[in-house]
Amino acid sequence: MRVVLAEDLFLLRDGLVRMLEAFDFEIAAAVESGPELTRALADLEPDIAVVDVRLPPSHTDEGLQCALAARRARPGLPVLVLSQHVEQLYARELLADGNGGVGYLLKDRVFDAEQFIDAVRRVAAGGTAMDPQVIQQLLARRQGDGRPLGRLTPRELEVLELMAQGRSNAAIAGQLVVTERAIAKHTSNIFQKLGLDVSDDDNRRVLAVLAYLDQGR
Amino acid sequence: MDINGERGERRDHGDGEAGGRALAAALAGVRALLLAVVALTGSIVLFLFSVVSIVLVPLGIGIVTTPWVLAAVRGFANWRRLLAVRWSGVRIPPEYRPVPPDANPWERCFRLLGDPAVRRDLLWLPVDMTAGFVTALLPALLILYPFEGFALAAGLWRVFTDGTYVGWWYGFVPIGGQPSALAAGALGAALLVVGVYTAPFLLRVHFLLTRSVLASGQGELAQRVRVLTETRRDAVDTSAAELRRIERDLHDGAQARLVAMGMDLGTIEALIEKDPAKARQLVAQARRSSAEALTELRDLVRGIHPPVLAERGLGDAVRALALRLPIATEVDVDLPGRLGEPVEAAAYFAVSEVLTNAVKHSGAERIWVDVHHTPEHGGMLRIAVTDDGGGGAAIGSGSGLSGVERRLGTFDGVLAVSSPAGGPTMVTMEIPCELS
Repeated sequence: MRVVLAEDLFLLRDGLVRMLEAFDFEIAAAVESGPELTRALADLEPDIAVVDVRLPPSHTDEGLQCALAARRARPGLPVLVLSQHVEQLYARELLADGNGGVGYLLKDRVFDAEQFIDAVRRVAAGGTAMDPQVIQQLLARRQGDGRPLGRLTPRELEVLELMAQGRSNAAIAGQLVVTERAIAKHTSNIFQKLGLDVSDDDNRRVLAVLAYLDQGR
Repeated sequence: MDINGERGERRDHGDGEAGGRALAAALAGVRALLLAVVALTGSIVLFLFSVVSIVLVPLGIGIVTTPWVLAAVRGFANWRRLLAVRWSGVRIPPEYRPVPPDANPWERCFRLLGDPAVRRDLLWLPVDMTAGFVTALLPALLILYPFEGFALAAGLWRVFTDGTYVGWWYGFVPIGGQPSALAAGALGAALLVVGVYTAPFLLRVHFLLTRSVLASGQGELAQRVRVLTETRRDAVDTSAAELRRIERDLHDGAQARLVAMGMDLGTIEALIEKDPAKARQLVAQARRSSAEALTELRDLVRGIHPPVLAERGLGDAVRALALRLPIATEVDVDLPGRLGEPVEAAAYFAVSEVLTNAVKHSGAERIWVDVHHTPEHGGMLRIAVTDDGGGGAAIGSGSGLSGVERRLGTFDGVLAVSSPAGGPTMVTMEIPCELS
């Protein structure tokens, strides 16, 4: 799988290259600025772009803007955005086109190599990887005013959180150490309580959950 | 202010412009006449009293009477200040020094005489009875004198002459019969036209003269210096406290965690061969510490300068802030550019504080935030935060709002709170600034 990587700090870029290579990814390009990223995404047609939000020359949200522009040019281009901080505002912009194949993670998540690589693979396959912090912010907000969430059992809330991050039933079952059947039961209960359409497609599922959590804005 | 109101009206109704102008001129004429009478009699009387009273100070009587007389002078001057701003929009700030209420007559008398504003009052009285009288009389005459011309033309000339000799002068026109009376009428009309166009302006000249004597010219500057000194002290205090907070947070938080991590790594080095299971446990702990240190640093950075503010500017930073609130919040932003970085940060933290207040105390179900910038008066950032809660918010009484007020004060910004009991609450902030 061919990756274009954009990160302006040398140490982090180097570390990411080594980590991705260790998990058998091919680094098509590792760049350090917005314009270079735009060029690499257009010329190299990678399977996934891993992008830092803040890039030179503007040192603002140049990375995010380049990624969004590239996705407009090539809809569904998988993009995993990394950042020193996560903002719901940016998460919504990434999810806005509903095409899937997006991820938005704190840079800290790189510490857990296997989970990080799992997120990269999920995004490359057209799935979603939302940072737990974004989901927790959304859940906290909805729990403040939302009665439907109050009807969920603590276990169901846990499942909802993992589901919203983009995990499949199998992955959730693995993490919570229960059978996949149990998770399937939880998810259908959750969908019923929240009044959402049940769907098997991982990505559609995530979008439904996120739309629910994000509504009332 | 009357004058402004009249102007606005005249602009609105083009047809009534001539009528409006005539009315304004007539009003100015009457006011000027009143001023002329008052300036002459009031100033002469008060001036005489003042002089006599001050002369009597060495005899002791003056010590008792002078404060009374000076109080009357001040009342007279203040009344003229009021007329100046009402009739011509000329502001003459009063700058009297306060006299302690329990001062004895001796102290009271000399404090008053030592006050530059009081001395300017005394100097103004002779100016007012001469130049002030003339500048007030002139517009009055320009409006009233023409009517004598009209009356002469209409037949009043017969009172003075039978047409064979010059019985009366109107201006430079000798009245000796109907033709010359008509000439007087024409002169009157010309004078009236001049008067109508110049009376409001001449009245303003009178007040400008008053201001040139009564206002120190340094008052506004002195006031400005006082305000700047205060806000500078606030700014220095705030930033020093902020630095101390950052230092403490770093020292107790991230720095301590990094030290602990270093120790853990040292232990791991020693244990790695003897007790691999224990070493692995410590590795996990070190990783948790590093994650926690990062979280702490992230919170710290957000407290100093939120990343989204640096990346996107005030508008999106406020939007991001609203997304984190537990109350549904609508944000309306109209900023065609970026603001200066310090202003941006001050405005952001002010909004943040106001929103936190609203969430904690208002009991509101909805909040509206309106951020916009107008280019007039050298640029003004206006932010309004409205909620449908219970009201009763006030600046002071240790509320966060007085902190916001101080924060904005550094940038000459102002904070206004309208929060009647029962709500709604509207907090308005204005900061003069330009867009870049």
